[in-house]
Amino acid sequence: MKNDKVNTKTIKVDYLARVEGEGALYVKIKGNTVTDVKFKIFEPPRFFEAFLRGRSFCEAPDITARICGICPVAYQMSSSHAMEDAFGIRVDGQLRALRRLLYCGEWIESHALHVYLLHAPDFFGYDDAIQMAKDYPDIVQRGLQLKKTGNEVVILIGGREIHPINVRVGGFYKALTKQELNSLTEKLKRARDIALEAVSWTAKFDYPDFEQDYEFVALRHPDEYPFNEGKLISNKGLDIFVHEYDNHFIEEQVAYTNALHSKLKERGAYFVGPLARFNLNFDRLSPLAKEAAHSAGLSPVCRNPFKSIIVRSVEMVYACDEALRIIGQYEKPEIPAIPFQPTAGTGYGCTEAPRGILYHRYRVDDNGRILDAKIVPPTSQNQKTIENDLWQFIPKYLDLPSEELKYDCEKAIRNYDPCISCATHFLKFNIDRE
Amino acid sequence: MVQKRKPKLAVWKFASCDGCQLTILDCEDELLTLTDKVDISVFLEASRTVKKGPYDISLAEGSITTQHDAERIKKIRKVSKLLIGLGACASAGGIQSLRNFTNVKDFISAVYPSPEYIETLDTSTPFSRHVHVDYELQGCPINKHQLLDVISAFLHGRKPNTTSYSVCIECKRRGNVCVMVAHGIPCMGPVTHAGCSALCPTYNRGCYGCYGPKETPNTASLSNWFKRLGVNEADLVRYFRSYYGNSEHFYKESKVHMKKRS
Ligand code: SF4
Ligand code: SF4
Repeated sequence: MKNDKVNTKTIKVDYLARVEGEGALYVKIKGNTVTDVKFKIFEPPRFFEAFLRGRSFCEAPDITARICGICPVAYQMSSSHAMEDAFGIRVDGQLRALRRLLYCGEWIESHALHVYLLHAPDFFGYDDAIQMAKDYPDIVQRGLQLKKTGNEVVILIGGREIHPINVRVGGFYKALTKQELNSLTEKLKRARDIALEAVSWTAKFDYPDFEQDYEFVALRHPDEYPFNEGKLISNKGLDIFVHEYDNHFIEEQVAYTNALHSKLKERGAYFVGPLARFNLNFDRLSPLAKEAAHSAGLSPVCRNPFKSIIVRSVEMVYACDEALRIIGQYEKPEIPAIPFQPTAGTGYGCTEAPRGILYHRYRVDDNGRILDAKIVPPTSQNQKTIENDLWQFIPKYLDLPSEELKYDCEKAIRNYDPCISCATHFLKFNIDRE
Repeated sequence: MVQKRKPKLAVWKFASCDGCQLTILDCEDELLTLTDKVDISVFLEASRTVKKGPYDISLAEGSITTQHDAERIKKIRKVSKLLIGLGACASAGGIQSLRNFTNVKDFISAVYPSPEYIETLDTSTPFSRHVHVDYELQGCPINKHQLLDVISAFLHGRKPNTTSYSVCIECKRRGNVCVMVAHGIPCMGPVTHAGCSALCPTYNRGCYGCYGPKETPNTASLSNWFKRLGVNEADLVRYFRSYYGNSEHFYKESKVHMKKRS
């Protein structure tokens, strides 16, 4: 009995730092066994799906952007695609390229934020990048410059970096000229160099020996590294069209968190985000990004989530490369948006947010009024995997003093760059097992 | 030289999208200078460090949607010399205040299978309904130049350089043609607070009011303009009920059209 008491310890992190939104961690250990792990999201719910009902289709990109200030472009892309799917239109050619370019900007900006300001300090034992900047001023400065370039792409095409105003269903309000885009070329080249440095820098970090047999899920396009389009595939046999999403994925509500847990009906937890994209789409990376990955000793399948920081850096190289390619081939489209008439129907959209697949489904009436909406952000999808990691990770490091173990648990969570604001706004449920 | 104590700055989050606090990290060129000038004592999105108050400046984003948060803002007020609200959420309840127009219980059961797990208030309210707020920065999101100006103003004991005029003035200054007059596009610019440099009209679209009402806006006149452009009553309600739907002027105007909707 006495022993039991001595051997029981709990790890509590009341406010997780360096993640977007408010989350907490609760771990209970008895002897050498982990008996409870709860990754809690206590960000208050904001009910987006509920109040989208009755709003016009054309408001969806602006309203859903407000789910998250870190990846508003992802929300604008998924919602626009879903609406276009409902109305049976397709955005192609240079307009499609411009969307891809906008998304490149968001990937660069969001990944640079995570790599340099939120995640790297973990590998050096700093509380934040500001402290790290005292010892490594050049690295932090370069990171900020890279992030700034990503933001500049979003500002030019979207109007501003947070909640851009230029995106609409069918395309854009205003199409940019070739000359305007050319102003980004030199900056993107410099950014690509910084991203290459990021790959070799992060490759030298000390990584815990931790590999799991994950099911990785990402989009797959016939000839591109995925942004806006593709089929949903996994390394364990999933291969479906986006409109089949609801047949294969399910959301569960659990008592301790304000975010629904997403699962694959067939197999449970799965893993979305940079590591999943990299593992499933390595062959679609640009030659330079592939080479950078190889020189960092990274090749698919990488099953160590701590190495996602290297993968994010590789994706930054790719995004800079892809942005430069698009700008090189760009001609201003004749019209900024495809004309269409709203029709009643259901539309599905899934795009690759920096943190992984972001699924939207809308049902609209003949006037384009939203009848119902469903949105599944990446962090809801990774929640179960984050918890599973902790179940597996903690027993290996039980000998560490509690403070260190706590820090390592936080690190394990930050591998996923979880976005808690995204995860708390909810979908319809299916099953409740708690 | 005697080193003066650096002012302590804290950043807090309530119900929000993180966009306003991200604006601080989006000051890429100024971030390290800023951290030289102030001691960032709490900023969970960026750091694990949490230093004890009192704080010289608290920047807070988000709105009050839970009992717990209603208590938390009071505690923050007590330990902050200055409390600055960031964005639409903080000063008007934000987009999530759309719940205020309906029965929130229906909302919860529409999205949660087990509504009893969810603790939430019926409303989303600005900080000023709960505590005294020293200054509010408008916008969804706020503008980073204004943010830096406000921080530096308070550090130097001067008044912030903010305006009370509308987006229209900024639009004229940029030399845009009026999207409403020239193209018949409904634009909230005449009643919306300046601060974005008339972004939407510059990109050929009408303003949708994300900086909230300007001082003394003539909302009734704008509604008449919109009606002439073919906007119906239900759509007018939508225009006024978005990011600042819970602000006094937009709320009142939306109610007028709510009644007239057939
Ligand atoms: S005001 Fe807008 S940008 Fe700022 S936190 Fe609220 S939703 Fe986000
Ligand atoms: S909606 Fe209005 S206030 Fe907001 S960015 Fe556009 S023009 Fe500016």
